[in-house]
Amino acid sequence: MLKITNLTKRYGSGDPVLKGLDLTVEGDQITSVIGSSGAGKSTLLRCINRLVEPTSGSINLNGTEFTTLKRSELRAARRRIGMVFQGFNLIDRLTVMENVQSGRLGYIPPWPALTRRYPKDDIRRAYELMERVGIAHYADKRADELSGGERQRVGVVRALMQRPEILLADEPTASLDPKTSEQIMSLLRDLASELKLPVIINIHNVTEAKEYSDRIVGMRYGRIIFDDKPAQLTKTEMDEIYAGVPAQDRAAVGAAA
Amino acid sequence: MNTSVHSQLDQWSRFTPKQRLIRYGGFALTALIVAWALSSIDVIWAWVWDAPSQMGDLFGRMMPPDPQNLPSILEAIWQTVNIATLATLIAVVVSLPVAYIAAQNTTPNKFFLWVGRFILVSSRSVNTIIWALLFVAIFGPGIVAGIVAIMFRSIGFLGKLLGEAIEEIDRKPVEALEACGASRFKIVLYAIVPQVMPTFFAVAILRWDINLRESTVLGLVGAGGIGMILQGAIDTFNWPEVSMVLLTILALVILGEVVSSYLRKKIL
Repeated sequence: MLKITNLTKRYGSGDPVLKGLDLTVEGDQITSVIGSSGAGKSTLLRCINRLVEPTSGSINLNGTEFTTLKRSELRAARRRIGMVFQGFNLIDRLTVMENVQSGRLGYIPPWPALTRRYPKDDIRRAYELMERVGIAHYADKRADELSGGERQRVGVVRALMQRPEILLADEPTASLDPKTSEQIMSLLRDLASELKLPVIINIHNVTEAKEYSDRIVGMRYGRIIFDDKPAQLTKTEMDEIYAGVPAQDRAAVGAAA
Repeated sequence: MNTSVHSQLDQWSRFTPKQRLIRYGGFALTALIVAWALSSIDVIWAWVWDAPSQMGDLFGRMMPPDPQNLPSILEAIWQTVNIATLATLIAVVVSLPVAYIAAQNTTPNKFFLWVGRFILVSSRSVNTIIWALLFVAIFGPGIVAGIVAIMFRSIGFLGKLLGEAIEEIDRKPVEALEACGASRFKIVLYAIVPQVMPTFFAVAILRWDINLRESTVLGLVGAGGIGMILQGAIDTFNWPEVSMVLLTILALVILGEVVSSYLRKKIL
């Protein structure tokens, strides 16, 4: 269970990007976070594994408080959170297998990492997962030889290699064509229930969000203003989430304050 | 309406009168500087006009090249190749940590960044021949001084270009591996090294090619290689041997060019 309490993030001395945000995610449900650009979706996701340092608040994953961890403790804790990126973030010049195994880098010692002598269990699991998402025959290909959809599958397998307790996906389909995008979304949904894994997805495509998730969180300018089942997301709510532009909104809030 | 506008727009010039004046001023200034430089260097013009016949004379004395000392010339040229190759190999190894600490995004802290940049600048700002003079004084004449001199000059070149390659890497894979909980060392291994690899090989081959040519002149200051024989032949007015040495150097440089372009194609 991931429990976020009163999370605030402020870059420099400006207005906070996240304003005292509360969110709890549990079970194997898929939670989609929607909201216009600049609403703080990406910052929220990166605060969870502290790729972005939260200003204040608490992030608790299955009993571990993340915000107070020291560098080395944080490294160990990050293994428990898988992350999938919009730009896939693969290492182009390495093979698919090396990319997939890089998800295990937190676990294996430096020498086997350097010489690419991965543990048998890891290799077996890599083949199983690659087989499951349909990229096993690419194991020896270089990552930059693959298409966008295939590359994102490598990204998903890399994250799953960590045996994570939760999966974060930062706009995983935004760089893909509509058909591939749906394939990746249904893959994420199926994997979530197969592996009993909670998944949080930042997403711009509301139709996909409604179709593939169990819960939708609507963010607007650093706050959660909608949190319910996809069916409850009506036109009125949509308008509220996507109304105006953040800059105007900021000015309005500033004037009111 | 359109036609009337067009009828007025039949004049166009690349520069405004003011820009043109500035450009002419620039030309005049350049001509002035060249004239001043020529008048201040005290050229003995008789020797300049004499040059073609002197050249013909020297050429005549150099012909035909004398292959009598070819065995020792070939031995010296082999020594030259070894100086260049060994020095490049050592410099490549030494420049890796220097590049790592001199790159903004991988340096451990400000102090190391400063140390790294100091090493790069001091290595690059001193010419190979001057390094060689220094190391001949330290190690005595011979091949060791040559190797160390070439190496010292190469560290700056390799470190600077590798450091820039490190600074230009794509940060996204680094972010992904941070999110996996990988240590700093493994991030370097998996996200930085693969991205820098092509530059690394290209720069190392280029430097070997340059070092091959630089090591041919090292002998002039006593730091080993073919230059020593060349110096000896010039000092004794043994012009046929001089031309033989020059031909050998030419052959070496062409061979080096062929090898390095082959390697570049093969590896990259």
